[in-house]
Amino acid sequence: MSHLLTVTTFLPLVGLVVLVVGGRALKDDAARGVALVVTLATFVLSLAIIGRFDAAQPGFQLVERANWVESIGLSYYVGIDGISIWMVLLTTFLFPVAVLASWRVEKDVRMYMGAMLLLETAVVGSFVALDLLLFFIFFEAILVPMYLLIGGWGGERRIYAAVKFFLFTMAGSAFLLLATLFLYSKSGAALGGGNTFSLPQLVQVAGTLPVATARWLFLGFFIAFAVKVPVFPLHTWLPDAHTEAPTAGSVLLAGVLLKVGTYGLIRFNLALFPDAAKYFATFVSVLAVIGIIYGAVCALIQTDIKRLVAYSSVSHLGFVVLGIFAFTQQGVTGGVLQMVNHGLATGALFLLVGMVYERTHTRDLGQMGGLASVMPWLTGAFLFAVFASVGLPGLNSFVGEFLIIIGTFAVSHWFGSVAALAVILAAIYLLWSYQRMAYGPVHDEHRNVPDVSLREVVVLAPVLALLLVFGVYPKLLTDRIDPATTAVIRHVAPEGQTTDVGKGLPFKVTTASEGGG
Amino acid sequence: MIQTPTLTWQPVYPELILAGFAIAGLLYEALAPRSDRGVHLTIALGGIASSALASLALWSWTGETTVMGGMVAADKFSVLTRVVLLAVAAIGLLYGSHYFSRSGDEWRGEFFPLMLFATMGMTLISASADLLMVFLALEILSLSLYVLTGITGRRNSNEAALKYFLLGAASSAFFLYGVAMAYGATDTTSITAIANGLAGRIGSQPLALLAFAFLAVGFMFKVSAAPFHMWTPDVYQGSPTPVTAYMSAATKVAAFAALIRVLMVAFQPLTWDWTPVVIVLAALSVVVGSVFAIAQTDIKRMLAYSSVAQAGFILMGLTNPTSTGIRASLFYLVAYATMTVGAFGIVMLVSSKGEEQTSLSSYAGLYRRSPLLAGLMTIFLLSLAGIPPTAGFIAKASVFAAAVSAGHWELALIGVLTSVVAAFFYLRVIVLMYMRQPQGDQDEDAAVLPRVAILIPAILTIAFGIFPGLIVGLIEQASVLRW
Repeated sequence: MSHLLTVTTFLPLVGLVVLVVGGRALKDDAARGVALVVTLATFVLSLAIIGRFDAAQPGFQLVERANWVESIGLSYYVGIDGISIWMVLLTTFLFPVAVLASWRVEKDVRMYMGAMLLLETAVVGSFVALDLLLFFIFFEAILVPMYLLIGGWGGERRIYAAVKFFLFTMAGSAFLLLATLFLYSKSGAALGGGNTFSLPQLVQVAGTLPVATARWLFLGFFIAFAVKVPVFPLHTWLPDAHTEAPTAGSVLLAGVLLKVGTYGLIRFNLALFPDAAKYFATFVSVLAVIGIIYGAVCALIQTDIKRLVAYSSVSHLGFVVLGIFAFTQQGVTGGVLQMVNHGLATGALFLLVGMVYERTHTRDLGQMGGLASVMPWLTGAFLFAVFASVGLPGLNSFVGEFLIIIGTFAVSHWFGSVAALAVILAAIYLLWSYQRMAYGPVHDEHRNVPDVSLREVVVLAPVLALLLVFGVYPKLLTDRIDPATTAVIRHVAPEGQTTDVGKGLPFKVTTASEGGG
Repeated sequence: MIQTPTLTWQPVYPELILAGFAIAGLLYEALAPRSDRGVHLTIALGGIASSALASLALWSWTGETTVMGGMVAADKFSVLTRVVLLAVAAIGLLYGSHYFSRSGDEWRGEFFPLMLFATMGMTLISASADLLMVFLALEILSLSLYVLTGITGRRNSNEAALKYFLLGAASSAFFLYGVAMAYGATDTTSITAIANGLAGRIGSQPLALLAFAFLAVGFMFKVSAAPFHMWTPDVYQGSPTPVTAYMSAATKVAAFAALIRVLMVAFQPLTWDWTPVVIVLAALSVVVGSVFAIAQTDIKRMLAYSSVAQAGFILMGLTNPTSTGIRASLFYLVAYATMTVGAFGIVMLVSSKGEEQTSLSSYAGLYRRSPLLAGLMTIFLLSLAGIPPTAGFIAKASVFAAAVSAGHWELALIGVLTSVVAAFFYLRVIVLMYMRQPQGDQDEDAAVLPRVAILIPAILTIAFGIFPGLIVGLIEQASVLRW
């Protein structure tokens, strides 16, 4: 039994310990260095996970399980499948980028980097946890460092945004905790023996519940993840948090934190309550479609570039939810793809917005203009990220969005059509914002701003490269995603279509996940 | 002819030792020409340590389940609560020793013996197997606490003491009346015998229910559960901070320990009757405590209301009248004692000389002035808010799980939602500490010894959060109420 996942999850904490123990003796540059080295090492470790991962096998792999608090049935139980492996990689990839992007943070560097490292452990932990209470612990632990990052290093209204973020998410997760405890309290009687929080076992327990109970529990889980995603109308914390957060905070929020929500929907809502998921599918899809359109329309009217990107996230994440709740192979696979792609594309956009802001000291599109002539490389990179984000074929988001729309069409023409329309809206608001920023007359005060620095090239290059790689060769991702999503579909909608993209492996969720180790 | 019971002394050694050391402290104060802080502290800590050893020796007690004629229980439950109480008392003594050396007020040597007497009352109440013994112990601890509250001679301290005394005396009267009713209903005051007397009876038992109601008023006052919490903010604010730290943590543990015995043993046959009452009290406490805490501008008052809410959470565990519920509440009590005694320790250091700075605004920019204090306070606040990986989270999850598995998911829903409300005011302090600039010039107490004393609860808060197994096993053994 290897401990690869555990080491990957907790390695950032080692960096945190170094920062805390080092104390004031650690100079700012040393603190930055520690954070960068640790996050890079974590990324390398996560590449080793890919190496050890058997793409053909649909169940959980690299499983580690140990009793934690035996008397209450809490276990340290982690493992990954073809969905979570990409979430982990996306996380470990974006963290060194975010650390490097924060190189110019001068205030309380040690604490800032400490919060980043704590955040990485919490996020990776959420993606690998297979024990519901363990998941909840990581899920809640995300709040504190993110709250500190927004509140400590954010913009003018940072404290308002930070508290709003914290309370929204915590209110949502309150229902998650309650639903988890309810399942837990039923598990002993349903399975014989003590109560447990283990996901595969709770899947069995959930199968024995009355229909109405399962529906209520579904809602409990759904609210928690819907706040995180965010699903309309629980999204109102997001524009504030994104806008006020420091650049790296926005990158990580959009890049990985929102994915915890969509990941939770697949991993927990669909696995635990397949019937309830089908019951609520239309309801959720309607919310998703409203979110897609609403996010796009709000993005259209923004003059604050960061807020615009934030609203575009609401719209794009609506796609993901729509794809997941289509319960078709293409829809779910597209959803997972889009989770990765949105993380990269929007991450890149937030990085670029941050770089532009550092130069122009404004986020107001009306105050910009003509920047393409002043800093051609930076605006060029921006255009590239914009194209990726609007779903230009050949760049990454296209594949995910396309699959989602196909997958949704198979279920409902209406949802599919509306989603397709939103792609046009995305092109409008993103290209229009680019136009206002890059073209037109240059403002005097921006005439002498420098183009990208070497450090910024190092930050941007890997992200932009992946936008292209995953656009041209999405098979890298889908090879591993497909078996896992096939399993999800089989579990939720056995009668649904599982052909085309999937490899169609015989699978039963419980046995496969138990036998993962 | 009166039968004299044979006396087995060992199970009351902890109390006897405390009383002995307390008297030694009093004599020293009375006879020494000028009492010395170090000597007092040594005597008191010596008493605590010896008492703790005597308690630990009882863990493997195999003799009778109750001694002194059925007055005192000798079970693991009492050992666990005693050890927690003694640990809190030790930290309270360290705080107090420092506090009185710096406050500039008149030196009060009697603080140390009074703390020992109060602790003796508390350890005794947690081991009482008879309602009369509970009452006796309740009075020992209450009278000591009334004096401790007013010990500085400052005006607000005296006001708090008088308020506490008047309301406390009334609640004691209720309690005693309840004892009388219980005696009327069952012809006994022994906790076990009451259970036996009530078991098997059919139909409603108005006298027994009245007894429960009156006893509950007394207990709810002591644990400051709503709506019997009115004294809490004033007394917590007025008391010298070391006393607040000690009182808020220890009184709750002691009173809950006795309440658990009374509910789970004496009134066990009436479970169906008292569960709804506990549910309502728990819900009321979490809501009132959390909502009122938002409006506070003084950290001590805020923590006072938060302690009302915490009492509600502990009560939530008791809505599950099985060992699951006892375990959850016991864990919560241990976690609560740990984080509260730590949080008030920080308050003591930040408030500096003479209690001037207990307003929330004095926490602005604390991180700039003292990263250590801010960091420790953050741990305690996150734990109080129930954020992992702290003891407070495991505690909350346990009581919610207990309530849910007893079928009271509505109560747990109220609990999780008020936790969110509560997070708001704990967060506000964190915002102040990290994200605001310091106002004016104020400096905290720079003493090292109390910082070390605060480190202990901080480490435990994290340790119990990450490795709850450290104490869950002990709690499991202690939750079996022998006899």
